Amino acid sequence: MGMVFNIALDGLSYGMVLFMISVGLSVTLGLMRVINLAHGGFALLGGALMHGLTFQLGWPFALALPVSVLSVTLIALPMEYVFFRPLYGKGDLTQVLATIGLTFLMIAFVNWLYGSALLGIPLPPYLRGTVDLGLRTLPVQRVAVIVTGMVVLGALYGLIERTRFGIWLRASVDNRAAAEALGINTRWVFAATFALGAGLAALGGVLGAELMPIEAYYPLRYLVVILAVVAVGGMGSVWGAWFAALGLGLIDTAARYALPDFGTIFFFAALIVVLALRPQGLSGRAYDV
Amino acid sequence: MIRPKLFMALLAGVVLLASGAVAPAGADVIKVGVIAPFSGPFAIWGKQFQDGITVYQAQHGTQVDGQTVEFLYRDSGGPNPDVAKSLAQELLVRERVDYLGGFVFTPNALAVAPLIDQSQTPTVIFNAATSAINARSPFFLRTGFTLWQVSVPMAQWAYDQGLRAVATSVSDYGPGLDAEAAFASAFQARGGVVVDAIRMPLSSTDFAPFMQRIKASGADAVFGFLPAGPPTYAFTKAYNDAGLRAAGIGFLGTGETDETTLDALGDAALGLNTAYHYSAAHPSSVNKAFINALALHDPRAVANMASVGAYDGAHLIYEMVAAAKRDGPGAVAAAKGLAWESPRGPVLIDPETRHITQNVYIRVVDKDATGRLFNREFATIEAQPDHGWNR
Repeated sequence: MGMVFNIALDGLSYGMVLFMISVGLSVTLGLMRVINLAHGGFALLGGALMHGLTFQLGWPFALALPVSVLSVTLIALPMEYVFFRPLYGKGDLTQVLATIGLTFLMIAFVNWLYGSALLGIPLPPYLRGTVDLGLRTLPVQRVAVIVTGMVVLGALYGLIERTRFGIWLRASVDNRAAAEALGINTRWVFAATFALGAGLAALGGVLGAELMPIEAYYPLRYLVVILAVVAVGGMGSVWGAWFAALGLGLIDTAARYALPDFGTIFFFAALIVVLALRPQGLSGRAYDV
Repeated sequence: MIRPKLFMALLAGVVLLASGAVAPAGADVIKVGVIAPFSGPFAIWGKQFQDGITVYQAQHGTQVDGQTVEFLYRDSGGPNPDVAKSLAQELLVRERVDYLGGFVFTPNALAVAPLIDQSQTPTVIFNAATSAINARSPFFLRTGFTLWQVSVPMAQWAYDQGLRAVATSVSDYGPGLDAEAAFASAFQARGGVVVDAIRMPLSSTDFAPFMQRIKASGADAVFGFLPAGPPTYAFTKAYNDAGLRAAGIGFLGTGETDETTLDALGDAALGLNTAYHYSAAHPSSVNKAFINALALHDPRAVANMASVGAYDGAHLIYEMVAAAKRDGPGAVAAAKGLAWESPRGPVLIDPETRHITQNVYIRVVDKDATGRLFNREFATIEAQPDHGWNR
């Protein structure tokens, strides 16, 4: 009984971390059909900025977090204009090569700035302790990640399904020409969505840093995990990404409790099974470029 | 038409010229090839090695008995035996190096064994920490450490502190299994019990499940080993977050609190116990001189086991050059039994294993006057050999 409870709790909190670091890619890859392998790079930039502000300059965490996330969002706008706009509608291989190249540039930049050491982000006292749940304790930081994850999930759902911007975005993606004919500024919609994805990456990078610490090679180290969540979840579905992250988190955690020697086999077995049965992912609409 | 005699004379002239041009340049420069990662995720190792060597040369000059010692650096990237082997080949054949050094990863070191046997080139390993390496070639020497060397004293010290039940939790790869075997054998030899032996997948990022298992196992302490970097960071965080520290379960480690990751660990690292051969805070005049010279060379540089491994490696090479110049077998013979005072304390090259015999210190992470974290040595287990040699 205790073990089932432990697995559920740790699986949930690990799954939420997975969701936080991959939801941004689900937005850009799924909605805009850009295979953005540089997603982890934006998480790295956010984390490195956070490290600079809190660890080196001594800013309070609560101030540095929005500043870092907003900065990455703003940095993403000119990058979208220069690097990504020419990629929309191009072949998969072109997008993969261009974005992996951009990832290398980001890695080299952080490496040049800070070297390849771990970039610690000191937690403020109010995130440091643990919460007693009766049967066991849970770090406050994890609770914060779970709460933030739920807020992000709700906000994204509301934004995409319930606002005018969401309508514009879905229209622009489904039929760009028709959307433009109706007076929607699709360039602006794409740029804003891309920046949103980058900002989510930065937020996820910082909040997930307790498990996946920020260092120069972060974008490549966790690329497979991020892509796995998005692929299982199905392109373009925030709910799908959430289900996938929780499911994979639970499976991985259960394997760690019960059969640690078998490593991450179960994680990838689940990935294979889902993609074999549902190539479009759990919530998949057909992926037509 | 060229007559045979003239042709022979021309040929002889060319050969003379060629050898004449090469000989003076080669006579007083002894080249040392250093193979280490200088790019990629492990680039920090190459930098630490280079820092150590540069500091040694700044303190002791670049000349040994009129011979200039020149270090050539080659980038091996990560664990990549094929690249390491071809770099060694290039250094031996084209650059004609007389000594090799470096090596972070065991497979890279093992890959060059047949080459250095053939060329009889003394090769000083600064880090690669598997006991088996030195048995593969009589030309291997090592100034780093082995997992057996630090894990055995850790187990004995833990038993002496009254700990009787320990859970081991290691990353599931070669060095991790070495650490697990070393700790378990020494701890059980004294009468302790290993209540759980967990092997964690190398790609693990969330260590909370393992911590819950350790908590449930009834252990007094956990002995952990993971590759330095993100895994050690997340592991020590999880140790605190899962409440093991609060529950009084001790932490026994080796390199988890390395100086290059300590700042990032932050206050979560305070009070962690480790057994290791070098702390940047080792109280000795030799270490102080090393630290000062390093700060002079690069104010941002950090002294750790890698930089001191390379520093001592450079010293060993200088001693071998002084004793035997280019004579490989003679140099190795001269190195055997060589003793000196290193920044880490008194050391000796064991004549049988060609591995460095050194003190192992039991440390605890503490805060200095300026609020920076450091490894405070509080117990010394003297002159530890490589306990894994005969396994």
